[in-house]
Formats: sequence, structure tokens, C-alpha cells
Amino acid sequence: MGSITLKQVTKNFDEVNVIKPLDLEIRDGEFIVFVGPSGCGKSTLLRMIAGLEDTTSGNIDIDGQDATSTPPAKRGLAMVFQSYALYPHMSVRNNIAFPLKRAKVPAAEIEQKIASAAKILNLGDYLDRKPGQLSGGQRQRVAIGRAIVRQPSAFLFDEPLSNLDASLRVNMRLEISELHKSLKTTMIYVTHDQVEAMTMADRIAVFNAGIIEQVGTPLELYQHPVNRFVAGFIGSPKMNFIELKQTKEDGATCLGVRPEHFQITTDAGIWSGKVGVVEHLGSETFLHVQVDGIGTLTVKANGDCPLSYGDDISLSADQSKILRFNDQGITLPSKGNQ
Amino acid sequence: MATNSSSKSKVIYTLLAWTISAAIFFPILWTLLTSFKTEAEAISANPSLFMFDWTLENYRDVLERSPYFDHFWNSVVISVGSSLIGLLIAIPAAWSMAFVQSKRTKHLLMWMLSTKMLPPVGVLIPIYLLFRDFDLLDTKLGLVIVMTLINLPIMVWMLYTYFREIPNEILEASRMDGASISAEIFHVLLPIALPGIASTLLLNVILAWNEAFWTLILTAANAAPLTAFIASYSSPEGLFYAKLSAASAMAIAPILILGWFSQKQLVRGLTFGAVK
Amino acid sequence: MATTHSRTLAQFMLFPSVVLLLAWMIVPLCMTLYFSFLDYNLLSPGTEEFIGFLNYEFFLTDPAFFESFFNTLLLVGGVLLITICGGIGLAILLDQAIWGRNYVRIMVLAPFFVMPTVSALVWKNMLMNPVNGLFAHFATFIGVDPVDFFAQIPLLSIIIIVSWQWLPFAALILLTAIQSLDREQLEAADLDGAGPFSKFFYIVLPHLSRAITAVILIETIFLLSIFAEILVTTSGGPGYESTNITYLIYTQSLLQFDVGGGSAGGIIAVIIANIVAIFLMRLIGKNLEG
Ligand SMILES: Nc1ncnc2c1ncn2[C@@H]1O[C@H](COP(=O)(O)OP(=O)(O)OP(=O)(O)O)[C@@H](O)[C@H]1O
Ligand SMILES: [Mg+2]
Repeated sequence: MGSITLKQVTKNFDEVNVIKPLDLEIRDGEFIVFVGPSGCGKSTLLRMIAGLEDTTSGNIDIDGQDATSTPPAKRGLAMVFQSYALYPHMSVRNNIAFPLKRAKVPAAEIEQKIASAAKILNLGDYLDRKPGQLSGGQRQRVAIGRAIVRQPSAFLFDEPLSNLDASLRVNMRLEISELHKSLKTTMIYVTHDQVEAMTMADRIAVFNAGIIEQVGTPLELYQHPVNRFVAGFIGSPKMNFIELKQTKEDGATCLGVRPEHFQITTDAGIWSGKVGVVEHLGSETFLHVQVDGIGTLTVKANGDCPLSYGDDISLSADQSKILRFNDQGITLPSKGNQ
Repeated sequence: MATNSSSKSKVIYTLLAWTISAAIFFPILWTLLTSFKTEAEAISANPSLFMFDWTLENYRDVLERSPYFDHFWNSVVISVGSSLIGLLIAIPAAWSMAFVQSKRTKHLLMWMLSTKMLPPVGVLIPIYLLFRDFDLLDTKLGLVIVMTLINLPIMVWMLYTYFREIPNEILEASRMDGASISAEIFHVLLPIALPGIASTLLLNVILAWNEAFWTLILTAANAAPLTAFIASYSSPEGLFYAKLSAASAMAIAPILILGWFSQKQLVRGLTFGAVK
Repeated sequence: MATTHSRTLAQFMLFPSVVLLLAWMIVPLCMTLYFSFLDYNLLSPGTEEFIGFLNYEFFLTDPAFFESFFNTLLLVGGVLLITICGGIGLAILLDQAIWGRNYVRIMVLAPFFVMPTVSALVWKNMLMNPVNGLFAHFATFIGVDPVDFFAQIPLLSIIIIVSWQWLPFAALILLTAIQSLDREQLEAADLDGAGPFSKFFYIVLPHLSRAITAVILIETIFLLSIFAEILVTTSGGPGYESTNITYLIYTQSLLQFDVGGGSAGGIIAVIIANIVAIFLMRLIGKNLEG
């Protein structure tokens, strides 16, 4: 229950191609996160899976059945929208009951399911309110409640938390993760937020301009990005890219070093430069170091880093942690593994 | 405009506004008052505003001696009937245009609007001849058809502007929740759009109630709504001012009351959403 | 935004509206066009024959056409002038802080809901009648000769009646527009020392321009087809003094049974209305983008 297979799916809006032929296997019960820059087609693909958009070519299988032209109502999936999309004229209770009524579930069973959803999502006190009388977080819970009661084979989330403020977002993130642990239902989750992607996902799919650049566990993507795009996209602050003056014998034209992989040395390191802006976050410090001939490197240091604007420093990095890219941006086997 | 209005200017503006609006309202007020006068008092050279012998005799005369109720009923059937049928046709169209937009949607909307701009005399003769040949002259059915068609573009437009304000995601959510298309329309779209639908209905009832080209041309004794009935007072009964007033008062009262409820929607409906 | 499924459904749901309006617009219009080239009188059926543009020639060279064409222009122009100017004034007045604004609004709006035949008859008999009308009583009271409105100034009388009906419409729409004016703009102008006149001409009027255009265009569409008011007051007379194009075509087709001539007139009316319509559609079309 809940495996979704995309085979060579594409999407055109009129003449414009938005999704290039794309394959993806979403396993039963996994939490997969779609990330990628704005406009790369994440929402479009999610809506295609939901059945809200046509597939231009290719197939979408749900639980092994071809569902490419099944209408959304028949796919057995549930979706939580960014705008929550609650029915404004119905009470919370009726919002949650709506999918059950459509499925002609007996009234007693509906009551019981509403009660259990309300318990899971802490909605008990609000059941008779209208969505307009709820806060953003409560609305989001109702939207999730409406999704879980019908026990769908998969949940689709399109940036569900982006309308919430930062602290609420952290709470809801945990709640959704817990929900996934307890329901063990497949979840497809679109987000812009690095932290959400890294913390919630079993696997992450990184999108770029209508293709999937890489799919893998968060750590795989972090440690072994297949190309420069993924390397730059995963990780915050971004990886530093250092263009090489001449191509190395293995074809490398560029090095990638994550801010946390630099070491600040007093003796001569690999790169030397001047400290620019220093950002103290308490637990850690980000230094923006001006290096001649390379540009600005972002360096992560300890929270109590004593350096300040204008200091001269020298940087080095563990060779095994440095990524190497060729002129196509493909990641080359790292030296540490050779 | 009146950010720092002193109470003195408020008094002046109030007086001015009341005087002008009373002048504008006066013909209606005068009609109402005259309807309670005797015929003699109604044409008196020294008319009195309130000091006269109030009588209900004119209303009784109009109701008893003329088929007032038949015409009233015709007006109701024609205006309400055409508005309801219009809604049935316009709601699906507005749904399509608001929620399944394509490149053609805009052209289609403009085209519908353009039919509203066709002057009635441009189709007067064919409609008259077709009605004659199909035995639709002087029938309520014929007028319901005409009224539905002439107001259909306004209905589609008004509903379209209301539907556009409903986020598409809510309808998509209902589809994800397993709603069929009819459940989507009846359980989600229509309840949310109910205020808009009600005002569309209201405005169209008003427009159809007051329509006075086709009703005058296509009806005679049988199907004449109040517009045409009142026109028959033009002569020689028009000389009976008090009865004319009573008949007029009864013809406009229902719509005046409905109209006051719909003033906000009126702007949107009559300007096709150009002014909100 | 949608799937093939919903798109098919949408076309299906559009179908009734589109077909009905097409039938309503195209079929009769083509018939009118066809009749306009025929010598066709209902009094002598069976003698129709094709006469080319002769109907148009007769219609356009008929002095009655010129008179009614100018009457139409005067009627539309006069009513527009009165309702727009009056409407702006009323809108500004009603926008002020006044006591009982809702009642004032109700009274101002009321004439719009009065059916045309009622307003025409009330004005004709009870106000403008040269013997028993209130205006005549008033004239006698102050010692001047009462005006016989529909004999002496028939067109102007109709302009007055129609303006009374449409003034509320203009006022309501302009009031709605004025209320959407950004108050801070006016406050800023106050700070800049702008007087009421410069505020009106540089801020209020430009803000209203769009609504004014809408009022002009929509009223024009309706005013070109004024009919009931003429029918129940003057029947177009005396002579053709208060006949507009709509009324002229009506008399020609349904009173003189000249189908051919009436049809030619109908086509000309359509052309005139189209010229206005093009401007109106531009205005509304612009709004569609938003
Ligand atoms: N209905 C549509 N018609 C035409 N083009 C569309 C339509 N919907 C989306 N697009 C285009 O498809 C591309 C992908 O859009 P999509 O919404 O999937 O991006 P996204 O990855 O979700 O972006 P974001 O992160 O900003 O939400 C964009 O270039 C967008 O302009
Ligand atoms: Mg998106």
C-alpha cells in the first residue's frame, strides 16, 4: 500500500516543457522530500501524482496499477495544500468528515474517526469552529486531519509549513515526522526549507529545471552529491566552490569545500585571506573570508571564535572532504577514496 | 474627503445631502402619497403633502377592477423564472471559465458581453416573426426565454467574478477528498459562492422585472407583466391619478425593497466587474 | 491548471450558454440582415423581392432618420452630461461624514429600481401635465404660464425623465469608486497645502476616470435603446421631435409593417452600438487581466 512509480513522465504546459522525462520509484512507507529551486517543477510533479494535472507522456503507477489517467478522487491519495484549502463554510468537524462522507462511511464510524484524528492532532476543542476562527497552525492541523482520516495510500504535501511562523514551523515539522512514524504511510513532501528536507526525509529528490538531479538519503546527498548542483543545493550555508586555474590530470576544474570542513590554521594553510563579515550565531560562527584570486569563502568556526574583521587567516581542509568537479560539473571520485 | 471636517461643515453637508436626496426621491414619495388620495384630491390645484383624507379605495379599485394580480403574477413568473433558468445555465459556464481557464476563456467572456450590447431593434423583426410563427407572442414562456437570454451574459459575468474569488485549491482539495464533480459543485462551490449567487439572482430579478422593451412589444392582455400593464394607463385611464399611483406603487414596491438589499452587488453586476 | 478530464467537462458545461447565446445573437441578426435587402411588408405577404441596398438608401435619406439620429445623440449626450456631473457631485457629497447617510443613499438610489413605464407615467401625468401636474400647479402658484412639457420641449422632457432614472446608477458607481480612493493621498495633498479644487482636479477626478468611463459606456449601451419612456409619454411626437432610432425602427417595423426598412434600420443601429461597444469591451477587457 503506497508505492508510487513514475516512468518517463513528462509535462508540457501548452508548448512549454516543464518536466523532462523522469523516472522515480517511491517506496511504500517512505518519506520522500522534493527540493529544488523555485519554478523547477516540484509542485507540478506533485499535482501530476495527485491527478490534478495531466501527464503529457509516461506513466504513473500507484501500488503497481497504472493510474496515469485515473481522476484524483479515485487515486486514494490525500493532499495538504500550502494554503490549507479548508472548506470555509464547514466546521472543523465537517471539514474532516467531508472525505469520509464522500466515501459513504457510516455515520458512527465517521464520528469515531473524527474523534481519533482530533485526539492525534489536538483539535478536540475546535471541532465546532469554522476555519476562519482558527490560527494558521490549527488550520494546518485540520488540513492534516482531513487527510489522515481516509487512510490514504500516500500523503502529498506542498510546502505545508511555509505560511507558518518559524517556531510553529519547528513544532509542526516534528508533528508531521511523528505522524509518519506512527502511520507508516508514504509521504511526498515538497519544501524549500533545507532543514525540513534534511530532518524529515528518508530520501530526498533534488529537482532542477524539470529533471531530478539526484535521489538519496540526506546524508548521501550531503556527502556524495553526484554533481555541482546538488552539492551546492544541499547544505547550509552553501558549499564553497573554488575554480581551479588549470585543469587537473583527473579532469577536475573546480573544488567544493563545505564551510564546516575548513580548518583555520595559524601556519600556512592552502588558502590565505582576510576576514570580512563575521556572523556570530552563538553556537557557531560564520566567517566570510576574502581570498585573493578566488573570492569570498564561507567558513564555519566555533561559537567562541575570536577572529574579527580584517584579521589575516589561513585555511586548510581535509583532503578526503574536498569534492572535485569536472568541467561538466560532475563529481569526480574523491581523492580520499582512491 | 472629510478628514478634518468640523461639525459645522457636517451640518451643512447633511442639510445639502438631505435636500438633494429628498428632491430625487420626491416623485416616488409623491406617487405613494397620491395613491392614498381621492381622485379629486389627486388633481387638486392646491395639493397637500400629508393633510388629506387617507383612503385605500384606489388600491381596492385597482385590485378589484383590473386584473392586477394576473399581471403581477406574470411579472413574478417572468422575472423569477428567467433568473432561475438563467442560473442553471450560467453556473456551469461560470464554473468552467473560472476554474478551467484556457486561452479562449477571455475571448469567450468578451464575446458573451458583446451579445449584451446588441441593440434589441437589431433583432426585433426576426424575433417578432419567429414568436408569431411559434405561437409565442403574448405568452409567459416566450418572455421567459427572451429574458433568460438577454440577461444570461450578465449572469455568467457576475458569477464568474464571484467564482474567481474562490481559491482553486479548495476545489482541488475536494477532488482529492474523493468528491465527484456534482459533489464538488453542490457541497463545496455553491455553498461558498452562495452570497454571490444570491446577489446575481437578485439583480437579474430586478433587471427582468423592469425590462420594458420586449415586454411591451411581445405581450398583450395575457402575458403582460406589470411594465406593460402600467403602460396601458398611459391613456385614457392615466387621468385617474390616484389609481395610477396605486397601481404604480404596487408595481415598484417589491423591487424597491429587493433593490435596497442588492445595492452593493449592483455596482459589480452592472459594470461587469470593472468597478468593485 | 487542469486535466483533460476537467477540460472536457468544462466544455460540456459551457455548451448550453454558448449555443443559446449564439442562437440568440447570430440567427436573428442574420435574418435581419437578410430582410434588410428585401422589399418585404407584412401587409402584402408573398411579394418579397430582393432590392439590394434600396432599404438602406431610403432609411438613410429619410429626413426622419436624421431627426431621430440627432435626437438619439441629444438624448444620450444630454443624459450622460446630467448623470455624470450630477453623479460626481452626489458621490462626493455622500462620501462626506453626514448624518443619516444610509437613508440618503436609499433615497438617491430608489429611482433606479422604478420600472421605466412607471417613471415615465408618473412624470408625464403627475408632474409634467400642463393642467393637473404638480409643476403646472407650482407655475400657476408663482404666477407664470405652465409649460406644456411634451408639446413644447418633448425631447428635453424625456431627457429629464431618463436622467432621473440613471442618476442613481452613476452616483452609486462613482461613490463606490470614490470610497476606494486612498485617504493618505488626500492627507498628503492637505499637507502640501492643496485647496479643495486642486484636490478635486488632480486627485479625485483622475482616480474616478476609470469609473466615469465605465458609467459612460454602460449608460450609452442602455440609452441608445430607450423605448418605453418615449412610447408612454410622446409616442415619438410631435412629428418626429422625440423619436430616437430605436423608436423609429419600432414604428417602421411594427406599426407600418415595413420589415425591409425596419431591418435596414436595425442593422444601422447595430453598427452604431458596435462602435460604442468596442470601447466598452476594451475597458472591461483590460480589467480581465488583473
Ligand atoms: N498552469 C500553468 N501554466 C503554464 N505554466 C505553468 C503552470 N503551472 C506552472 N507552470 C510553470 O511550470 C514551472 C514549474 O512550476 P511549479 O509550480 O511546479 O514550480 P515549483 O517547483 O513548485 O516552484 P516553487 O518552489 O516556486 O513552488 C514554472 O516555470 C511555472 O511557471
Ligand atoms: Mg510550488
